[in-house]
Parts: sequence; C-alpha cells; structure tokens
Amino acid sequence: MNFDYLIDNWREVLQLTWEHIVLCSLAILLAMVFAIPLGILISAFPRMRFTTIAILGAIYTIPSLAFLAFLIPSLGLGRQPAVVVLAAYAQLALVRNMQIGLTGVDPNVIEAASGVGMSSWQSLTRVRLPLALPVLIAGLRIATVSTISLATVTAWISAGGLGTLLFEGITFNRPSMILAGTVAITALALSTDLLLRLAERMTPASRALHSAQS
Amino acid sequence: MSDLPGQHIESRTAIHYDHVTKTYPNGNRSAVTDLSLDVAKGDFVVLLGPSGCGKTTLLKMTNRLIEPTSGSISIDDVDIHSLPAPQLRRRIGYVIQQTGLFPHMRVEDNIAVVPKLLKWDKKRTDVRIAELLELVGLPPGDYRRRYPAQLSGGEQQRVGLARALAVGPDTMLMDQPFGALDAITRTRLQMELRRVHEQLGQTIIFVTHDIDEAVRLADQIVIMREGGIVQAGDPLEIVTNPADAFVSDLVGSSDALRRLSLIESGAVATALQPGMLPPSESIGAAIDVRTAFGRMLGSGISTIGVTGADGALLGTLDLDTVREIARTHPVDAPV
Repeated sequence: MNFDYLIDNWREVLQLTWEHIVLCSLAILLAMVFAIPLGILISAFPRMRFTTIAILGAIYTIPSLAFLAFLIPSLGLGRQPAVVVLAAYAQLALVRNMQIGLTGVDPNVIEAASGVGMSSWQSLTRVRLPLALPVLIAGLRIATVSTISLATVTAWISAGGLGTLLFEGITFNRPSMILAGTVAITALALSTDLLLRLAERMTPASRALHSAQS
Repeated sequence: MSDLPGQHIESRTAIHYDHVTKTYPNGNRSAVTDLSLDVAKGDFVVLLGPSGCGKTTLLKMTNRLIEPTSGSISIDDVDIHSLPAPQLRRRIGYVIQQTGLFPHMRVEDNIAVVPKLLKWDKKRTDVRIAELLELVGLPPGDYRRRYPAQLSGGEQQRVGLARALAVGPDTMLMDQPFGALDAITRTRLQMELRRVHEQLGQTIIFVTHDIDEAVRLADQIVIMREGGIVQAGDPLEIVTNPADAFVSDLVGSSDALRRLSLIESGAVATALQPGMLPPSESIGAAIDVRTAFGRMLGSGISTIGVTGADGALLGTLDLDTVREIARTHPVDAPV
C-alpha cells in the first residue's frame, strides 16, 4: 500500500473531493430547510418532542445501503436520491440540537425579552436563536461530519464523490486507490470539523462567555 | 410634610387596580384575590410579603406577563388591555432579580434594546446610553463594550436598571432586583435607586420580602398575604401601627432599632436649655435616630447635638429620649 495513486492522480482526487463537497453541501442545505422549522416547532410544543425525535431516530437506524436501494425505483440513480438520503440522516442531529439549544436558554432571559417588549418573533430572532447558536452549530458540525463519511457510500448509486475511489479500488483491487480516497475523506472531515468548531467560538454567545476569563 | 403656599402637590393616580383576581387552572386557591389598589403618580411603592403572597403575580399582571382572571388594571387612566402587550411593555421599565441581561449582547446593546424596538436613530440611542451609564454610576468609557459576564452582580444590576430606564418610562416595575446581591452592594444600590427616583420621579412598584429594603426605599408599603392586601401605608405608620399580628411579625414592630431608624432626629430633639454646654458632637436633623444612637454609643457620649440644614444647632438628643422613643410608639412628630 502506498501513496502512488494520490500523487499521480491528484487532479482526479481534487475533482472528486469537490464533487463530495457539493454533494454534502446540498444534503446539509436540504436538511436545514426541514430541521430549522422542525426544531423551533418542537421546542415550542413539548408534546411533539418525543414522537419527532423517535421518528428521526428510527430513520437514523435504517442501514444506508438499504435506504439507497429502497429509493432507486422512485428517484433512480445519481446525486438526487443521495442528497435525499443524506438529508434524512442529518435530521436527528440537527433537530435535536436545535431543540436543546432553544429550550436551554435561561428562562429569566426569555422573560426579560418579553418583559422589555419584544414580540415572540423578536424574542426568537434577537435572543433565543443567537443564544442557542453555539449548540446549533455543534449540531451542524456533527451532522456535516457524519454526512461527509456517509456520502462515501452513496457512490454506490453513482452519486459521485470520493466514495468512487473506494468502490473502484475494491473492484480493481488497487489498495493505493483506496488509500487515496480514505486520506481525502479524512482530511475533508477533519478540516470541516475544525472550521465549524471555529465558527462555534466566533458566535457572540460564545465570545461573551469566554470574555469573562480574559 | 408641609406645603409651601402656592405650591400644588399633584397626587394623581398612576396605576389603578380594580378588583383584580388571578386564579390558576389547577390551583384551588387564587394567587391574587379581588385586589384593589391605587398607586399615586411618582410614588415609590413596595409590595412586601412572604413568598406565595401574590406580590410578584400582581407586579407581572401590571405589564401583562401574567393576565388577570378578572378585574382590570389601568395606567394613567388607560386600560392596559387597550394596546398590544409588547407595546405596553416598551413603555414600562422592568427589572428582575437575575438581571435578565442578554448575555450575548454588550452593555451598550443591552441598554439599546428598547430604543431599537422603538426605532430610535443610532445617534440618539448612543447619547442616551452614555447618559444612562453615567446615571447608574458606570463610566461609559469603561463599561459600554463589556459583556454581562465581565461584570459583577452589582454592576449587572446597574445595567439592568439603565436598560429599564432607557426610553424614560413613567412607570417602573422591579421584581426583587437586589435579592441576589451581597448586603453591602445591596445597600449601595438601594441608595442609588432612591437617588434615581428622586431625580426622575417615576412611579415605581418594587417587590421584596426584605423589610429593611422596604423601609429604606418605600414612600408606601403595601403588605400582602394570601393574595390580598393586609395593610398599606408609609413605612413609619406600618412599623409603629401594624394592623395585626401578622404585619407586626413581618415588619418586626417589636424591633426597637427599626422604629428608631424611621424617625428623624430633628423630630424628637429637645431645645437647648439656657446655660447648657453645647454638645461635643452633632448630626443633621434629617438623620434617623438609630444612626444618632449609634454615634452616641460609638463616641461614648450621652447627648448629641442636632443641626439644621444650615448647620445651626437646633437642639439636642440624649440617651434617655432615645430610650423613651424605643419603648413607646411615637405619634406623628412635627418637625
């Protein structure tokens, strides 16, 4: 096993990395379209919480290959079904952190927000969401990193991305190709993790909290 | 208080509670029962009572954080239900115990919250922030850019007060604002609040269960118990003339020192007798007898001089007189 493939074909690896990023970004964007309203909804209505989280948890346990195979008859092959599956898996982390973040805001602060005359919408956008932001970004980080690793599997339905290297490496028995894919995926996952950790720290809520120690 | 001729002292009702009741669906007893109260414009009213007496419920009904089950409340003769709750609240200053400062906002942004809701322009807001920080004793240069986590409890509470005062409300609601502070900080903030009130003259409703705080701050004390008013009156009247055993226990009417702290030295000083030596020490006529008593004990003297605002000696106060006042319930003493 060596780095020959990576060194000789770095343009291809870069191209596949880009595909991987696009695939994951689309999936996370689609996931957020559903997760943000859903998270706000279940933080406002505690009765919906248990069922919602249970359903999302159940989706999370479906084996990824089975999930992909299941969608082939309706959505076919390629990027589209992959995005749907990845977005579905990301729901649990996103929605749960959204709810934990929003319900974890100090009740005194929420009361102060309505006490000074904010409407519920103003209280949500100016106080609760900004205060929940570090937890929301933590959820986004977990969801994104696991999406990056899961997106490897979607190469199986021709969704492209770095998984292609793994599947072809296995098919043609080329360990060097498998290694190239693995290195690229790991690097992508780690750098994304780092980037989002930084974003977490840059939020006003985190900055305010850390300001006390300086 | 003596009125100067020609000076008209306005005593209009600022807040009017009319048969207000609050019942909770699951509770078999109500939090506030058929309560009526008039609060005069510019008065500092302290709601005092044990926990669960309904004082906080009454306070929160005033800015509609809690809605009454029946009865009505009006501020300046306008029913508080005639406008949307957020709009009502922007006109009423609100301060709570844990400050409720927004932790992700700097001091200046916390203070600017209500001005922003009312769409003040930036320049006006900026000037106002500096003004308010000066008023509550925090140099704007040092404090504007800080986060609440970088402030002590007392400083946070000052910012909370500044935020509540931001748009110059006529009415302020304060829910045990100093409850979590240490004794020294609390006393200092009480003095400052008194000063701010004298300077700005808003109507303040202040909730506490601390009798010393009530006595120090209030123009009017309203004693509550089980959702109703037991007694309302000025601090001296409440302490010297408790309506019943409950009030007497609550305010510690039997506490002689507390009674002394409510009486001004000038009110009980005896005129200088001819030929008497002037006392070696003296205090101002507005200082309370308890403080005078402390000075006498501290200096080991039995007679202390009482001076007027101009520094002239008005009379003297001796230990026998203090003992007498502590034992009896004094009637209203003329100045």
